[in-house]
Amino acid sequence: MATEPVKRITDIGPPHFEQFLHPVIRRNYGRWRHHESPAPGVLCHVAESGERIYTVRAGSPRLLSIQTLRFFADLADRHCGGYLRFTSRHNVEFLLDDPTHIEPLKQELLAAGFPVGGTNNAISNIVHTQGWIHCHSSATDASGIVKNVMDALYDHFTHEDLPAKLRIALACCLNMCGAVHCSDIAILGIHRKPPKIQHDLLRKVCEIPTLIASCPTGAIRPAAIDGKQSVEVVEAACMFCGNCYTVCPAMTMNDPENDGLSIWVGGKVSNARSAPKFTRLAIPFLPNNPPHWPEVVEAVVNIVQVYAEHARKYERMGEWIERIGWPRFFQLTGIPFTRYHIDDFKYAGLSYARSTHIRFQGGASEVL
Amino acid sequence: MTNDKHKKTELLDQLERGPWPSFVKEIKKAGETSPVCGDLLGQLELSYREKKGHWKHGGIVGVRGYGSGVIGRYSDVPEEYPNVAHFHTLRVNQPAGWFYTSAALRTLCDIWERHGSGLTNMHGATGDIVFLGTKTDELEPTFQELTAAGFDLGGSGSDMRTPSCCVGNARCEWSCYDTMGVCYRITQAYQDEIHRPPFPYKFKIKFSGCPNDCVAAIARADLSVIGIWKDAIRQDDAAVAEYAANGLDIRRDVCERCPSKCMIWEQGKLSIQTGECVRCMHCINVMPKALRPGTEKGAAILIGAKAPIVQGALLSSVLVPFVPAGELEDTLKELLSRVWEFWDEYGKSRERIGELIQRVGMANFLDAIGLDPVPEMIAAPRDNPYIFFQSGDEK
Repeated sequence: MATEPVKRITDIGPPHFEQFLHPVIRRNYGRWRHHESPAPGVLCHVAESGERIYTVRAGSPRLLSIQTLRFFADLADRHCGGYLRFTSRHNVEFLLDDPTHIEPLKQELLAAGFPVGGTNNAISNIVHTQGWIHCHSSATDASGIVKNVMDALYDHFTHEDLPAKLRIALACCLNMCGAVHCSDIAILGIHRKPPKIQHDLLRKVCEIPTLIASCPTGAIRPAAIDGKQSVEVVEAACMFCGNCYTVCPAMTMNDPENDGLSIWVGGKVSNARSAPKFTRLAIPFLPNNPPHWPEVVEAVVNIVQVYAEHARKYERMGEWIERIGWPRFFQLTGIPFTRYHIDDFKYAGLSYARSTHIRFQGGASEVL
Repeated sequence: MTNDKHKKTELLDQLERGPWPSFVKEIKKAGETSPVCGDLLGQLELSYREKKGHWKHGGIVGVRGYGSGVIGRYSDVPEEYPNVAHFHTLRVNQPAGWFYTSAALRTLCDIWERHGSGLTNMHGATGDIVFLGTKTDELEPTFQELTAAGFDLGGSGSDMRTPSCCVGNARCEWSCYDTMGVCYRITQAYQDEIHRPPFPYKFKIKFSGCPNDCVAAIARADLSVIGIWKDAIRQDDAAVAEYAANGLDIRRDVCERCPSKCMIWEQGKLSIQTGECVRCMHCINVMPKALRPGTEKGAAILIGAKAPIVQGALLSSVLVPFVPAGELEDTLKELLSRVWEFWDEYGKSRERIGELIQRVGMANFLDAIGLDPVPEMIAAPRDNPYIFFQSGDEK
């Protein structure tokens, strides 16, 4: 080699955050007094020193082009010295020390199609996954459903008009990159058929012992197919989790007719009032119906409306349902209760009603 | 968009309408600078028509010396959409708290314009900046430009995933420790574990500054670090009175919503029984000008959360009820080394730490990592009499 190779830079980790902080934040780091909520999508944090930092929050589709990121950068330069951040729910936030820039910034965001909101008792952006844009195991698309649902719930993003926070999440398969197991409303892509085994491919790309070990119900066992080593699936034991497909691409799960969506409700992450809790099944299956997924949009909007009408102030979805009881939830939402709602996985018995605390719904005069 | 096939995206085009920002518009915008977006849209339209995905498994692609940070992705219809035949993702470790300057954001955009599709996720589910879609040959050049600009790749596979944190001290009065500082330093301390997968499966750490848990640590992280305080809630009586004067029904909306009923509102005075307070945050959330966490701050450390795959979803449970903020990093490092050693020894392939603890039992896990059991770890003692007495304890 005539020339020395350039030394590669590795393992430097992320840049230190301090260089990205607004000067007001740098000066008051760890010394905040309280915050105010002047308008939906606008926050004002007040430091012990009396200094104020304003936040303007806007929704985004999460999938962002560099063109839009440069637009956000330009907005940040025009209105707040170039300082911005993103939230854990894919919103973009501009950080301002000059409140006279709030309105012009909001106007520019709205003109470009980015709604301002998502704070306090509004519906924030939907945490979601890649779907058909980039995932190999998705049972549905993610961005398309989110777009349709948020189109329908748009006014709840821009207004703080619900009893409490309402957090929606979408995951396009049971891997749950979107961690939908603790949201107020969860939209979850599901498969409903056992894997279709491509035996020729399996022999080339999969380790059979690893594949067999991957099945949580032990439904996969070794089998000779045309005299060659492969596996078979005990179909009655398959719960369509797709874990085998993750370790072996020859266990195909995609099925246009049988893949679809399920709807879950009542989870939360925050410790406020009640402990964090998991979402519970509301609707076991809705069809995959692109590009508008009307069944999913209708189901989510219905649950939001019934919740908004009946829950008390500060009651999250799950807290409201615990107060009124699941029978009343199914009655109010008109969602049919089926055998699929009764758990049959591990510890299922813990979810059976183990008391005689039974609510009987009265007549029309009943007051919730 | 060079030929007829790509022009027909009739289903996706319908999603350019409506008030919520459109991901289809974003893909088309990125198409102004990248030829691959036309094929991405074409393949996505095919998925919309056929109701199924068209991506194949990853395979092993990456940058030299790393075993993580790149998700390999290949089209299963490469003849029709050759520009997305490879469409790999890079996970770029985000700055703590997701703070940027416009200049930093433009630097990232310029790198991604030179080497990839121009499409991003801000941000991915674990917290990384996601660079969505490039060819195998572009991975190493993208990486080298990123590191030259001060950025690095995040985690993927069976490694320590990119840690993430809430905004903490930067813009929140409730933060009980420096989430961003701790997240940054822990990330730096474990670069090897992030970049060279050493574990049975993934390991996530999330840092939330208070029990509101804005990064969902208790639901999404194998190790959940959640800020909490020990002493009394700080109370400004004049501000409480102001809330009441402005129409807040303190008895109904604050006291009756308190889970441990530790608050009394009598004769214009709010009193809190600190010994009964569970630090849920509700009263503080409702009256941020009047109430604040106390001054003896730190964090609770919880372990084991995960999504359903494989043995069912878990929430994290308490491992250490309180660590003072000043001792948090040393405690975390000590805990991590003991937990990882146990997991390394006993964990099965693709078994998360939470599942391993379920399998062997929390008491055995505590023995193994050398922690004494305390009642804060459980919701209730066992209700069955099948006690495995250890030899030596009986006569």
